[in-house]
Amino acid sequence: MLGIINGEVYDPLNGINAQTQDIWVKEGRIVPPEVVDRERAEIIDAAGLVVMPGGVDIHSHIVGAKVNAGRKFRPEDHRHNVRKRTDLTRSGTGYTVPTTHLLGYRYAEMGYTTVMEAATAPLVARHTHEELEDTPILDKGVFITMGNNHFIMECIRDGELEKARDYVSWLLGASKGYAIKIVNPGGVENWKWGRNVSELNDEIIGFGITPRQIVTALARINKELKLPHMPHLHGINLGRSFSARTTVETIASLEGQPVHLCHLQFFSYGKQKGRLHRSAAAELARAINENPNVTVDVGQIIFGEATTMTSDGPLQHRLHLETGNKWLNKDIENETGGGIVPVLYKRNNPINAVMWRTGLELFLLIDNPWQVFLTTDHPNGGPFFCYPQVIKLLMDRDYRAEMFKGINRQGRKGALLPELDRVYSLYEIAIITRAGTARALGLKNKGHLGAGADADIAIYENLDDREKMFARPRYVLKDGVVVARDGRIVCERPGRTLYVAPPYDPKIEREIRAHFQKSYTVSFDNYPISGDQIHRGEMVPADRNHV
Amino acid sequence: MRSIIENVTCTFCGCLCDDIIVEVEDSKIVRVRRVCTNGRGIFVNHDPTLRKPTVDGREVDWKEAAAETAKILSRADSPLIYGLSSTAVEAQRKAVELADRIGAIIDTTSSVCHGPSGLAMQAVGEATCTLGEVRNRADLLLFWGCNPLVSHLRHFSRYSLMPKGTLFPNGRRDRTVFVIDVRRTASAKSADHFIQVKIDSDFEVLTSLRAMVQGKEIEAETVGGVPKARLQEMAELMKTCRYGVVFFGMGLTMTRAREYNVEELFRLVTELNEYTRFSVIPMRGHGNVAGADQVLTWQSGYPFAVSFARGYPQYGPGEFSAVDLLARGEVDAALILASDPVAHFPRTASRYLERIPTIIIDPMPNLTSQSAAVVFPTACYGVDAAGTSYRMDNVPIRLRPALFSKRPTDEEVLDQIIEEVK
Amino acid sequence: MGENFILITGRTREQAEGLHKGKRSKAYHSATALVEMSQEDMDRLGIEEGRIVLLKTPYGQVEVPVRNGALPSGMLFIPMGPVANALIGVETGGTGMPAFKGLNVKVELT
Repeated sequence: MLGIINGEVYDPLNGINAQTQDIWVKEGRIVPPEVVDRERAEIIDAAGLVVMPGGVDIHSHIVGAKVNAGRKFRPEDHRHNVRKRTDLTRSGTGYTVPTTHLLGYRYAEMGYTTVMEAATAPLVARHTHEELEDTPILDKGVFITMGNNHFIMECIRDGELEKARDYVSWLLGASKGYAIKIVNPGGVENWKWGRNVSELNDEIIGFGITPRQIVTALARINKELKLPHMPHLHGINLGRSFSARTTVETIASLEGQPVHLCHLQFFSYGKQKGRLHRSAAAELARAINENPNVTVDVGQIIFGEATTMTSDGPLQHRLHLETGNKWLNKDIENETGGGIVPVLYKRNNPINAVMWRTGLELFLLIDNPWQVFLTTDHPNGGPFFCYPQVIKLLMDRDYRAEMFKGINRQGRKGALLPELDRVYSLYEIAIITRAGTARALGLKNKGHLGAGADADIAIYENLDDREKMFARPRYVLKDGVVVARDGRIVCERPGRTLYVAPPYDPKIEREIRAHFQKSYTVSFDNYPISGDQIHRGEMVPADRNHV
Repeated sequence: MRSIIENVTCTFCGCLCDDIIVEVEDSKIVRVRRVCTNGRGIFVNHDPTLRKPTVDGREVDWKEAAAETAKILSRADSPLIYGLSSTAVEAQRKAVELADRIGAIIDTTSSVCHGPSGLAMQAVGEATCTLGEVRNRADLLLFWGCNPLVSHLRHFSRYSLMPKGTLFPNGRRDRTVFVIDVRRTASAKSADHFIQVKIDSDFEVLTSLRAMVQGKEIEAETVGGVPKARLQEMAELMKTCRYGVVFFGMGLTMTRAREYNVEELFRLVTELNEYTRFSVIPMRGHGNVAGADQVLTWQSGYPFAVSFARGYPQYGPGEFSAVDLLARGEVDAALILASDPVAHFPRTASRYLERIPTIIIDPMPNLTSQSAAVVFPTACYGVDAAGTSYRMDNVPIRLRPALFSKRPTDEEVLDQIIEEVK
Repeated sequence: MGENFILITGRTREQAEGLHKGKRSKAYHSATALVEMSQEDMDRLGIEEGRIVLLKTPYGQVEVPVRNGALPSGMLFIPMGPVANALIGVETGGTGMPAFKGLNVKVELT
């Protein structure tokens, strides 16, 4: 039993804004005060401190085949970033691609307690779960890529949406995934023919369907299955000058249905004279503001080293050609693909300068903080432990202006950013880093401090320097246990893996088995991951009524 | 009563065929179907005798053996943990944890197999795919410095030459096959084109192919003993195929330029992706050496030759790789997991290994266990223990045991050792 | 006396089958204690299959029977294993990988 008393509490899901309140914890949950024997409870005096729910990261590439290929690929990323083992903790290395234990520790030290692995191909999901077992402290979930899945595309082609829906249910259960992830729908399949897509109505080679059809079908399936999260979409044309146009078109094509657009910054460009893209953040913000069922995470870039890694095979090849940096590609049978290219974002590079301010413009132009979330698309935009830097940019107008002055002059031209006065409050920061993300994810016991919530709590000093403040919480609790103090791990314990397993008509298995025999190189019977093969797995019911 | 277990995985080589059928009667394997002759012995020669661990040849119980192991490792100034490639991920994770805790050096059989391929990938990248892409899409196949008909017997029939893929209803007839090697191997006889290269000239041949693909002129009339026109033909086919895949093996990693050979190949494949689609896949030798790479990488950041001596992982092929350490006498105790270095290392290195106190954890007695101080006769993953192994294309495959476990697994033994060293 | 050849080592089916029977088994020994030579070289040296030859490198020497193999002239093949490894040195050139293929070896008739 534990009590956090006298703290200044920010709990947006329960409408608590800077109120001095006591929080009581029993058996890993937040409980009403009457339930606790205060004489015997451990007390943390949070007077003068800010108390928030633990951070909930809605999109980060942390574990699995792609991430590990990134680690193996980049020994240069690790050598100068090492952490020694201690009696409590394992050693680790890495900056943009940290090893699993180090990643768990650094997220926890920063006050984050739940992280979603942004993309896993179901064929290699087992690898993801094995790495999650070696990722301490955090609760996590896995997004399963489906936007280039052959079985699904065949169903769409044949007009068999019900079959597709049963397959998606089966697939989520078989891969122990949490949500439907879509990456460059159709484009990754076309890349296996050396091509891509660039319009929603482009043809996907060999299937005769379009990206638009994939997105609308999976959105409908998501809704019918009542999955806790909406479809998580990395759309077409990442990085291109017409990305803003096709992204706005994609939103329109969903006709108000819920969708989450990830790392939107990378899709918010427009054309202008010359070779430099312009920021089209204003157009995107307008579309988001007009569509209350759309949530986004920004994918802010951070000047410095990054490692781009996505399932977007053709994009990664293009990045390789543009930067000349080494390139990893992996085509995955019947399901998806992907690639990895290291990059360096520089202040005095005009393209990077535009990318940087585009992200900030999105934050400042999207009105409703419940629709816009803080990410760097780790490690594509920058490492997750730079989130505090982004918080400072959003809360400190002067700091933002100073940084803006330091970026490439051409990249500053015509910028909206200097005119945007808005600053985020602590309450709004709590929304975009925990309350809003938990709500979008459908995690009922996360992102808030009401009775029944998991006791995942971050306690910060209220410093003027917001970056310092959020980089190093005073206390971080996970399931009511203090796991970090002043930026150091004091208790290492395992977290949970959250997954969904919606029902499906068992007749579908016969068809899937035939599909495996025809197209796969593993047995249908060996493919699914059973519950006992997941370390501390917890099923989340599929019962969300998306509007 | 005979029971039939289907979808069993053979763990001999990187093919990890998971369609094996095992028939069991009275807790004994009586019949195995579909397995190739290389992997068959894992099942039919499986010795179910429950043996006890030994310390200096004397039978002891498991706890005492773990305690003795902890003593040996703690007393050592510079312990080495080596092998890992024929055990499951569950045990590999523990081996790395043990190395971290005691500040040991840990190396896997990668260093004498595809370590150079890892070095090449780190330097220049790698365009690759899973085996199903080969089966379904590849119309051009090249086998460079490898001999699948001897080392990966079902590769041709399950993944590459023969199978009817979704885009290749005619199987073999839809594909063009090259074998490039220094001698006419068994695999060469299955090829449409055999290119004989002079030993230690692969680098020159590969770099010439790169030039030709980029439309450059080669002055030499032959490269590595291969006529220019032949190479030109090859380059043309590679540029105009629909989806090409090259498999490669020790012919590149063990010969003169080692990782630079592989770099040239990886660069060639990367550059071909500007004209068509092309992938490269290393023929991983052991059943779970790919898993060893993965586990060591996700826990330390590096795939092999890792030292934890300073309290954090350091990467040093050539410094912390097993053969070098043994050759220079820089380790004074070794824990060998699922491997037989005394059989597979150059004699000078294995002689040194025989002189220092060693512990071996392995289902079967081998040449290393002959001179080991402590021997743990553990269960065999894939036969009488469940676990996960990674295929040569890094797809994780669950191992479905045909027999019930009566012996501790490598994972359990390592857990016990970790408890003892704490 | 003695002729120079280049040695490569590698997997054979017999070696794989033999190791399952145990590395001290007869099957493993007969699978790994042999050297393959081209017919051309065997004819030139005047030896038949089964003839024992002495192979020497700076690192060691072995006596093994000769078998005919599909090899270019001047090349020998020994299956991977302790016999082959008696001839191979520990120099890895900083890569971790010894020269398992491409080694200079001297052949002497016994």
